[in-house]
Amino acid sequence: MQNSRDRILAAVAANKPDLLPLPEIPVFSPETEDASFILQKFHATATTIGSKIFMVKDFEEIKAMVSEQFREGRIVTTIPELADIAETDLKTIPDPHTLENIELLIMRALFGVAENSAVWVTEDLMQQRAAPFICQHLAVVLNAADIVPTMHEAYERIGSADYGFATFIAGPSKTADIEQSLVLGAHGPRSMTLFVLE
Amino acid sequence: MSTQTKDHAELAEIFNKDEARVNWHDETLWWVRQKRDKAAHQIPEWELLRETASQIKNNVLSNLNNYLVQFEAQAKANGVTVHWAANAEEHNQIVHSLLTKHGIDRMVKSKSMLTEECHLNEYLSQHGIEVIDSDLGERIVQLADEPPSHIVLPCIHKKKEEIGELFHKHLGTPKGNADPQFLTETARQHLRETFLTRKAALTGVNFAIAETGEFVVCTNEGNADMGAHLADIHIASMGIEKIIPQRKHLSVFLRLLTRSATGQPITTYSSHFKKPRSGQEMHLILVDNQRTVQLGRKDFRNSLKCIRCAACMNTCPVYRRSGGHSYHTAIAGPIGSILAPNLDMRKFADLPFASTLCGSCSNVCPVKINIHEQLYKWRQVLVKEGYVGTTKKLGMQAMTLTLSSPGFFKTAGKVGRFVMKYAPFAVSNPLNPWYKQREMPAPPKESFGEWYQKNRNHAK
Repeated sequence: MQNSRDRILAAVAANKPDLLPLPEIPVFSPETEDASFILQKFHATATTIGSKIFMVKDFEEIKAMVSEQFREGRIVTTIPELADIAETDLKTIPDPHTLENIELLIMRALFGVAENSAVWVTEDLMQQRAAPFICQHLAVVLNAADIVPTMHEAYERIGSADYGFATFIAGPSKTADIEQSLVLGAHGPRSMTLFVLE
Repeated sequence: MSTQTKDHAELAEIFNKDEARVNWHDETLWWVRQKRDKAAHQIPEWELLRETASQIKNNVLSNLNNYLVQFEAQAKANGVTVHWAANAEEHNQIVHSLLTKHGIDRMVKSKSMLTEECHLNEYLSQHGIEVIDSDLGERIVQLADEPPSHIVLPCIHKKKEEIGELFHKHLGTPKGNADPQFLTETARQHLRETFLTRKAALTGVNFAIAETGEFVVCTNEGNADMGAHLADIHIASMGIEKIIPQRKHLSVFLRLLTRSATGQPITTYSSHFKKPRSGQEMHLILVDNQRTVQLGRKDFRNSLKCIRCAACMNTCPVYRRSGGHSYHTAIAGPIGSILAPNLDMRKFADLPFASTLCGSCSNVCPVKINIHEQLYKWRQVLVKEGYVGTTKKLGMQAMTLTLSSPGFFKTAGKVGRFVMKYAPFAVSNPLNPWYKQREMPAPPKESFGEWYQKNRNHAK
């Protein structure tokens, strides 16, 4: 394979144009710095893309809502505060295929993004990479203070963080491949619930 | 596919036979284009974002070898095995040898236009390996034994009734059921079993970060993640032009990509793969397949900036009314028509002519590729190199003669108007390609020259 590598690199070097500068990303001043407006925007966008969003005071409130909505099925969490309503031993599971029958996964997100209502989740928060995709329903807990206006602030926040895998998740899995009819629940979760801790 | 001997015009003619379907196809894609506009107009800094994205990509192309070396070193340090493939064949061989090494004969694949370009599925199937495409649209065209007709919406040319019929035949759904919700649920169950039983998963790559060695895959369905996180071996295939310098540049591209594609603010999943999962192998294949040749073509190298959003297809009046299959190449539409002649000038000489040069493609392109100008330039190259048929060439020569001689131009106009008035059958017949799928206009009574002559005298 060494051969192709060197040949490709040599061809690129020979054919590329003269060096053009790498631009700075302009500072796009967000519409507002006002936290309540940002939260409002996050809320509105989440609803538009098919997420359910609830403002909650504490974990007790989350527990009550989860118990109300999910009466049966395997509930798993990576959040220690929710240990009394869900399994918490994801880390020790050797084979991700055994996650197949998870009805609901509840996990933390590091932050959310107002412009697209995506939440940023790293591998240590999901514990198993497959978990947030294979579950039938997904719930994510984040702090109201941890919502940034746009993707620029998002990557500023991520910085040079190290992770094995991380993802932005925005809403339930979806497809519109059949005649552009939107269907929620393609291969991943059928629903996405956001619990925003005030 | 037996479509390779027919050119765009002939294939479009087949698509155009069903006028109702053409209208539906046209309107559906225009609706997607409108969603794009709505999303873009909500971002006040949209134009500055496009400009920034364009400049980042310009820098990438001008420093690509260094970024590739940096990316390779970082990815290796992260525990990813990096392979280099000079062409489609080498890419396919690398995938095949990885599967053989692990004794795997079934693989699940998420969307990758590169593997379409390389004809990976056909290659692996010839070597006894079954590939299942997991994107719903791609699975549908795979069941229909067709290539995707659109890079973002692979089965946009299919009516739900046809999909219902395919599912009835292949997945055992009740005959006549064409409900999208029901069909999607069926595919979910069918593909879930696939995800759970495949030991190898192949994904495409939307962006690869030189600075960190990670790569990003964007999907709405979650199929790339379902495949990759359950498999023992994850293979990611990418064209060498998919590199971007730094992680923070993703903010620019992820803001642009989906808004341009479907009008969504972002895909459901933007997954950043950096290191293999414990116990998993992660392979990344960097593919050239003549991208370096295109890089050397001054007039066409900017086509390598493409982030595959398909906005140029959704807006293109020719694409919308001729369908993706008429382009007989993996990437259809305006961008495909400037990428394909680089791969094979003879085979794809027709594509740069499948355009009205209206320029709408360039206006919506999130990385500001001058698509319509490149289409125009390709026409000149292709004529000069002798890849354009004699009819078109003769027509152009006749046009040049007519337009360059005022006397001849006047006479030709008179003859034309006379013929259309007194012998309309001479032009309104199937032998005249301009008459196809349209009515000829009523001939004007006089030319502008004649009108001007008359009215100028009146005024004085």
